[in-house]
Amino acid sequence: MDGLAKAAVSCKNVVKVYDTGGDKVVALGGIDLEICMGELMMLVGPSGCGKTTLISVIAGILDQDSGSCEVFGKDLLHMRSSEKLKFRAKNIGFVFQAFNLLPSLNAVENVSIPLIINGVKRQTAERQAANVLEQVGLGTRGKSLPSQLSGGQQQRVAIARALVHDPRLIVCDEPTSALDHETGHNVMELLRQVALHRDRALVIVTHDARIFSFADRIAQMDDGHIEKVVDSAEDL
Amino acid sequence: MNHIALKMLMGDRGKYLGIIMGLTFASLIMTQQPAIFVGLMMRTFSFISDLGLPDIWVMDPKVQFVDDIKPLQDTKLYRVRGVAGVKWAMPLYKGLLKARLENGTFQTCNVIGLDDATLIGGPPVMLVGKLKDLRRSDGVIVDIDGATDKLAKPPMVPGGKPTPLKIGDTLELNDNRAIVVGIAKTTKTFQSQPVIYTTYSRAVRYAPRERKMLSFVLVKAMPGEDIPTLTRRIRKATGLAAYSRKEFIDLTWNYFMKNTGIPITFGTSVALGFIVGAAIAGQTFYNFTLENLRQFGVLKAMGASNWTLLRMILLQAILVGSIGYGLGVGLTALFGYATRNTILAFKFPWQLLAFGGAGVTLICIFAAIISIRKVIKLEPAIVFKG
Repeated sequence: MDGLAKAAVSCKNVVKVYDTGGDKVVALGGIDLEICMGELMMLVGPSGCGKTTLISVIAGILDQDSGSCEVFGKDLLHMRSSEKLKFRAKNIGFVFQAFNLLPSLNAVENVSIPLIINGVKRQTAERQAANVLEQVGLGTRGKSLPSQLSGGQQQRVAIARALVHDPRLIVCDEPTSALDHETGHNVMELLRQVALHRDRALVIVTHDARIFSFADRIAQMDDGHIEKVVDSAEDL
Repeated sequence: MNHIALKMLMGDRGKYLGIIMGLTFASLIMTQQPAIFVGLMMRTFSFISDLGLPDIWVMDPKVQFVDDIKPLQDTKLYRVRGVAGVKWAMPLYKGLLKARLENGTFQTCNVIGLDDATLIGGPPVMLVGKLKDLRRSDGVIVDIDGATDKLAKPPMVPGGKPTPLKIGDTLELNDNRAIVVGIAKTTKTFQSQPVIYTTYSRAVRYAPRERKMLSFVLVKAMPGEDIPTLTRRIRKATGLAAYSRKEFIDLTWNYFMKNTGIPITFGTSVALGFIVGAAIAGQTFYNFTLENLRQFGVLKAMGASNWTLLRMILLQAILVGSIGYGLGVGLTALFGYATRNTILAFKFPWQLLAFGGAGVTLICIFAAIISIRKVIKLEPAIVFKG
């Protein structure tokens, strides 16, 4: 990772165990991982290997049981919950597998949500949201409801929503799994072009081998551990 | 976030309307049924409230309510007149007598006999004729509802409309001729019987002979006289019961509350309305929140605080509550307006508006609390579950 800036995310010996009615399931069994600024890191592996748990910990929406996970030098585990909320609202953007757009809000309103959460006035937020929608190629669909958009367009809206407040880390959970090959390819191109720059890192959880080529590095996980971290899909 | 909360609420049109319908129903039942109850209960003492002039009502101590007549000896009138502080005391007859109608049927009427000289205790509003016309031979004044309905003359042709009584028409009261000399407006009585006013002497002539005929003594206090003190003085001096107007109304109200099934009947309706409304609105609101749980999770993941989400849910509850309450109260008012000229009792005082508002607020708080609990306990990590 020559030339890349300092670490955006630094996980050391992160452990997360779920207690499912008496049975202990080790979701993360001591994860060490570093993600740098300007990097697009993909987390890959079979279902149930702990990928989603790991991005939940990185995004600060799930607390690990032990180990440390610093995001931009801040240990989220030891932050007060109000601080963590503010940190998340300001620094992290989310792209979900099922898009998770609010069905009764139009595209502009959906995209403006992170800004409104950060205290920006509605009119200003919607103006900025419209600009970001323009960047993702949906400038003319701002008034459309999610139900009036195709899957690819909905994911573009979700990407715009993840970008609008200029976060420093974007976490994406299976962003292409609900899309056909071509649309998924376009979405990944968009993420690389619009979302990725030297002051921002991207973590993408995916099963979709067709998009591995977009990653700067790929961390292969299995059974709560990182098996290996490679620079390209051929090395997996 | 208010804008987002409202759009989330109204976006699901079916649930939104379901919640509003539940609250409208609850609000309607919680105001319409008590309005009928209050209207009905006010009729129990309408005769007392229609008589504005006397300060004190004197009667037999065993009287439990205004229609529970236990007649006094006429001499009691003079004993009351002799009590210090009494400006005047007048006799009043009140009794149920049968009027024979033109078609041969009988109608029970509330006959009121007023002091022959002063005619104190007469109807509150005269529509046709004058109160003093009662001094004419066999003169009676009939209330408008009785004149147009129960005492009206039968239709000239089968299926036609009955002809309302008018001045000059005659009635037969206990085999005595009575001539209508006036039509008055009175508040409907509890049993909705026609009210017939006449003089005291004529009323006791119409009524079956009894040893005691005096129903009440109406008393006016001297200017500046303390009413509670005077009532105590009358009780002490005569051994009779003496009540201020307000006390007599309360006595009558309490009798009906304690001794009839009216409160429990209406109370049950109101309670059922509340429970059904709360169940429909609460359940629908809760389902609405459950179905939006992922959306709340998304907002939580993006950094929206529990307080923000709580405010959103409260705003949603307040909006549906206000609309449901407004519609329910509006429908109740419409019901009252539509039935204003019917026999149905209906009174819609501001206290009922407040009662309905409190009921709907309780339902909304209940619905919001169960929903808020779910949202506050929600783990934002839910958003990454497929």
